[in-house]
Amino acid sequence: MIDNISLWTVIIGLGLGSFGLRFVFLGFVGDRPIPEWILRHLRYTAVAIIPALVAPLVIMPKATDGAFDIPRFSAAMVALLVGYVTKNVIWSMVGGAATLYLMLYLLG
Amino acid sequence: MANSNSPFKLGMIRGYPFILVVLPFALLFGVVGTEAGLNLFEVMAFSIVVVAGAAQFTAVQMLSDNIPTVIALLSSLAVNLRFAMYSASLTPYLGDAPLWKRASVAYLLVDQAYAVSAIEFEKQKGWLTNDRLAFFFGAVLAVVPFWFLGTLVGALVGSAIPPEFALDFALPICFLAMIGPALRTLAHVGAAFTAAVMSIVLVGMPHSLGILSAGLIAMAVGAEIERRMKRGKA
Repeated sequence: MIDNISLWTVIIGLGLGSFGLRFVFLGFVGDRPIPEWILRHLRYTAVAIIPALVAPLVIMPKATDGAFDIPRFSAAMVALLVGYVTKNVIWSMVGGAATLYLMLYLLG
Repeated sequence: MANSNSPFKLGMIRGYPFILVVLPFALLFGVVGTEAGLNLFEVMAFSIVVVAGAAQFTAVQMLSDNIPTVIALLSSLAVNLRFAMYSASLTPYLGDAPLWKRASVAYLLVDQAYAVSAIEFEKQKGWLTNDRLAFFFGAVLAVVPFWFLGTLVGALVGSAIPPEFALDFALPICFLAMIGPALRTLAHVGAAFTAAVMSIVLVGMPHSLGILSAGLIAMAVGAEIERRMKRGKA
């Protein structure tokens, strides 16, 4: 159960913080140039933070109390591969979900 | 491009296809939030105050794992660091708009509206700041209402979905679906791979700090690969 104080701290803090990140250059920098090294690091945030978040969930799923799970692992690999090959988010989700249900049915 | 469309209408036309991405993701957030024990008001507050799917999922996931509030907040904000890049990239096009308009752009600066705007602004050399603002808000109007609506529907039906559907794994699949298409260069692949490996290696760090650490290391790796590849070409 999530307690109320931490929930609202996160909702409001994340709201203000996200707005701050979105506003920082538009609002404060105007038309001054931005250092290239900052932009270079920012370009990789999505492909760095999201895999860091997902990798433990794929290898040690919550649903199996952290035990490696073939259906979930194969679903993750199919979703990644389909997304990489087709460049299409929807097909990737469909591929991942179909693999998960098929493997759960076959092995369950 | 046909001149018959105003920039606002063109923004909506460019934005609409992304409903296919935004709506399922929003539904899922409503479901996941409800399953984590949030009530309708709390789930909606997340989507309206934060307006950033990946960070909202991260926050709910970490809060339900009882990770300390500060760590949950920092890790979710790290997911949103990309917004600073969007902000930087749109500044040359919108920097001279009035402050309240720039603030409105900032609040609504979602991935899809950014992506279509960055492409269109580059193409439409003749546009003035007002045309660009109209295009941006057109794109926003095409997708953001569906983020709110999807969250609402997801939260209303959420508790009715039985455990056989293995919804615990919907979030990893959604995130991986976003990563696959983003692996455009060796630097992106290097960053993603480093992040995954380091996150597993650091899984024992207290309070899930391994996730944040792995992400920051991986950002540096991506930036460094890019720098070396550019130097190699020059």
